[in-house]
Amino acid sequence: MTTTLAPPPPAASTKEEQPRSAPAPSRHTGRKLLVVLVLWLVAWAVLRGKQTLALANADTTGLHEWFNGIRDKVQLLGQDNWFFHGVLGTVASALDSFVGAVQAHVSTVVPGDWVGWFGVLALAMWLTYTLAGLRSTVLVTAVLLFLGVAGLWTDGLDTLIVTLVAVVICIVIGLPLGIAMSRSRRTSAIVTPALDVMQTMPSFAYLTPIALFFGIGPACAIVLTLIYALPPLVRITEHGLNSVAENTVEAGRSLGVTKGQLLRQVQLPMAKRTIVVGINQCTMAALSMATIAALVNGPGLGKPVIAALQTLNVGAASVAGLGIVLIAIMLDRTTTAASERSAPGGQRVAAVGSPGVFGGRTLVLEKLPRWATEDTGRGSAARMRLTPGGRRLVLGLILLPALVGAFYSTRYLQLSQFPDLSGVPVLNEITAGPLSTHINDLTDAVVNALTGVTNGFKNFVTSVMLNPLQSVMSDLPWWVMALVLLAVAYLLGGWRPAAVTVACEAVILGTGLWYDAMVTLTMTLVATIIVMLVAVVLGVAMGRGRRTDTVIRPFLDGFQTIPAFVYLVPALALFAATRFTAIMAAVAYAVPIATKLVADGVRGVAPTTVEAARSTGITRWQMISKVQLPMAREALVLATNQGLLYVLSMVVIGGMVGGGSLGYLIVQGFVQGQLFGKGLAAGIAITALGIMLDRIARYAAARYGR
Amino acid sequence: MTELAENTRTTPGAESDRAALSVHGLWKVFGPNADKLVGTPDLELSRQELQAKSGHVIGVRDVSFDVAPGEVFVVMGLSGSGKSTLVRLLTRLIEPTAGTVLLDGEDLTGMGEDQLRDIRRRKVSMVFQHFGLLPHRKVIDNIAFGLEVRGEDKAGRRSRAQEMVDLVGLSGYEMNYPDQLSGGMQQRVGLARALAGDPAVLMFDEPFSALDPLIRRDMQKEVIRLHHEVGKTMVFITHDLDEALKLGDRILIMRDGAIVQVGAPDEIIGAPADSYVRDFTAEVPKSHVLTLKWVMRAPSSPDEGAGAPPLPDTTVVREAARAVLAADGPVRVVDASGTVVGVVDDEDILRVVVVESHDEPAPASAS
Repeated sequence: MTTTLAPPPPAASTKEEQPRSAPAPSRHTGRKLLVVLVLWLVAWAVLRGKQTLALANADTTGLHEWFNGIRDKVQLLGQDNWFFHGVLGTVASALDSFVGAVQAHVSTVVPGDWVGWFGVLALAMWLTYTLAGLRSTVLVTAVLLFLGVAGLWTDGLDTLIVTLVAVVICIVIGLPLGIAMSRSRRTSAIVTPALDVMQTMPSFAYLTPIALFFGIGPACAIVLTLIYALPPLVRITEHGLNSVAENTVEAGRSLGVTKGQLLRQVQLPMAKRTIVVGINQCTMAALSMATIAALVNGPGLGKPVIAALQTLNVGAASVAGLGIVLIAIMLDRTTTAASERSAPGGQRVAAVGSPGVFGGRTLVLEKLPRWATEDTGRGSAARMRLTPGGRRLVLGLILLPALVGAFYSTRYLQLSQFPDLSGVPVLNEITAGPLSTHINDLTDAVVNALTGVTNGFKNFVTSVMLNPLQSVMSDLPWWVMALVLLAVAYLLGGWRPAAVTVACEAVILGTGLWYDAMVTLTMTLVATIIVMLVAVVLGVAMGRGRRTDTVIRPFLDGFQTIPAFVYLVPALALFAATRFTAIMAAVAYAVPIATKLVADGVRGVAPTTVEAARSTGITRWQMISKVQLPMAREALVLATNQGLLYVLSMVVIGGMVGGGSLGYLIVQGFVQGQLFGKGLAAGIAITALGIMLDRIARYAAARYGR
Repeated sequence: MTELAENTRTTPGAESDRAALSVHGLWKVFGPNADKLVGTPDLELSRQELQAKSGHVIGVRDVSFDVAPGEVFVVMGLSGSGKSTLVRLLTRLIEPTAGTVLLDGEDLTGMGEDQLRDIRRRKVSMVFQHFGLLPHRKVIDNIAFGLEVRGEDKAGRRSRAQEMVDLVGLSGYEMNYPDQLSGGMQQRVGLARALAGDPAVLMFDEPFSALDPLIRRDMQKEVIRLHHEVGKTMVFITHDLDEALKLGDRILIMRDGAIVQVGAPDEIIGAPADSYVRDFTAEVPKSHVLTLKWVMRAPSSPDEGAGAPPLPDTTVVREAARAVLAADGPVRVVDASGTVVGVVDDEDILRVVVVESHDEPAPASAS
């Protein structure tokens, strides 16, 4: 460097050339949105209260009456129709009788049935131990015993039966479908949009038509559950198969395997773990629907929850809700443990240690070296593992007492019918009656203590956000609001979402429920705003601090396994039956997913960028506002989109606890015969609303989430 | 080790009160109880032994060196040798386990968060291997980022950033986003960002490793040019020996977290500290690096070589070759003060040149 220094080289001589792409022109979206806002407010001030299309609760339109007529026809003539009676009827009665039979012989308690409670418990323990290991077995035992003691045995098992039947059907349909989609691009292109719609539609929306086709009862519950639980399984299966490493597939091809061999011997084994995760997702979705399905007379724990919600009995709702939550935790942990077991890594470890002889067969205990376990460096002791042969033997041996237990459970009343424990000193306290009384007392105490805070918060949000927004959105001519939505869709996402918006608006208008739809939209927006405020604060804290993350994440995971409508119970306790209750339940329901997405986005900011920013001497606030949040924009937009859909589905369910508007209309549609058509129309309006919001959010995400 | 001490002593500007950067006894141990390990005999263990024993990993082991103002100081080592950890210890992007870092006489290791932040804002900048640009900001706003975080107004930082854009040859690309630029151009943005704050010391963490060879050469020239124009002190991390030899005034070679040798390029090639250094300098064309100091011999008589104009002892062999070969007899070699320190003849030159062209020991008959 000292002697060979060349003069500064001409900078452009060997410098790589890069086409100079013109920077995109600014869209001035913010300014245009402001103009729309001003015009909107002016229109509202001038035209307030005119042409709002408000429809009183008991009023119906021609369309609603027409739906009623169709229902009558289906009910009247369906007996002879080849489709309604022949096809749907056969499916429905097959499902009904199957579930009915299982219910009658397993969950209800008559001696001489297939199996009593003790047998169910013994077999469940054996099955869990086989699939998921000891810890899950302890959990399953505890949850089942709690169900028994709390007097929820029959309803709890009904929930499990409906869920498991639905999951089995999902697997039977979903796995082949996922495989077909992974192998054929065209199949994937055809099926994916259908899955999109199935997932976007709030579950409440299709209760009515399905109930019409399949009649209320278990069959309807299962079909509803299928619609909701099938998409995750199909998607995750497709994803799992597609993400098998390309070079592994190539290696397989180079050895000359057929397509079938490739699938069976390469792709399925390698995607096994992902597929089990799909089954986990499917199970959780099925469980959450199995409870909502109580509205269409589906058997299970949903029934007591709904009955208690309708009488505003928080204690009784909590006990049944607790049962649902425990079942959710149980199913989630068990399927998660099962998926971790199915990791291919576990089978590859070579046997180390001394073989021993056991029962005429070689039984090898594998003593894993410390570096081969997940706990490397944590000072854990070496683990013992059984070889596959030994494992099978042990499982076979412990199946025997389970079968014996099952056998005796059919012979003895005490083992068949869950004993009544209301006389037993300690356990008495957690039987249904006393437990719900305790919860009611506790809730009263808490609510009394918090009433100032909760009421203050409720009144604040209601008067500052909810009422003004609702007035601006619904108390004005429908066409003004329609134009505003259209303009927003166009400005945020371009002409495609604008076209979808026009179509959805037309549908909503057609249902005659424009005013109610706008009220629902208001509640959705308010809840989404609250969700995003919470999610950004929590998510940033979690994304930046590993310790915060470790503390908060298990709670979020836990909340996510809770089926949607259990959230209504605490919200109802704290805020009584109002619009606001539905909003808070929706917030509680949507915060976990949104927070996780934000946290992952913040965490996902490239460490090199964070380090580079740190090297410039940046403050913490500058890091968050100038680096982490802008770079996590994609995650923020995605979180908003997901938050919006979660909120919408929950706001609608909130119709059961005073949420009003569309959700309330759907519930009324079940209750009052003459409002059937209106409930159906409300379902259609919700679907249109959901699709519209989803499309706007999605296209905006594609545009701004770069 | 005596060689090492000698080399350090002969370096210009080595007294720590005048050094731009002075590092003393720097350690980094990764692991749960790293702090408690300092001063215990465990630290004498090799990396593998320590890791097996306590789960701790030594990143940097007792490193001391000084960098003179305006010097280009290269830290060189294979991957895993601790060089990237070292450069991060220098600005406390990673906290040192023990030792001191003096920047311009100020002790960085004892500073509070605020003081340290101020140092990062004004005195030191870094250029990173993977650029670390902000994808949501235009080129010019990326360059102005450091100025922005220290609170300069928009007009001021824009005009300063524009100067930097011109300096690194990116004029016309100011309004592009980083992902619209090629890797080499993105690194120019990184370079401009580091220069924008007018720091006293620039740190480069393998800045060109992610670039292809042609662009890398280009960027090396660019660094040399910038060093001439702005004259900053530079600490440059690399795993590429050619790059180290090309850029470095002095080179520090690391292995397993510890210093193996510190010296000028010709010292590294001419007097490798051990077989490790010798092995990986084996492929280097010696005539491009060695100076006459390393090939001359003592004059056999006081008059030897008086017939030709003398050459300075800092001349690289390759460049001296023509003059020596053209001379009738030996040529005198003089040091900076003009004193004759030795002579070279054709055979001395050819021994270096021919060895590398045949890649085998030069036969005695080469002359």
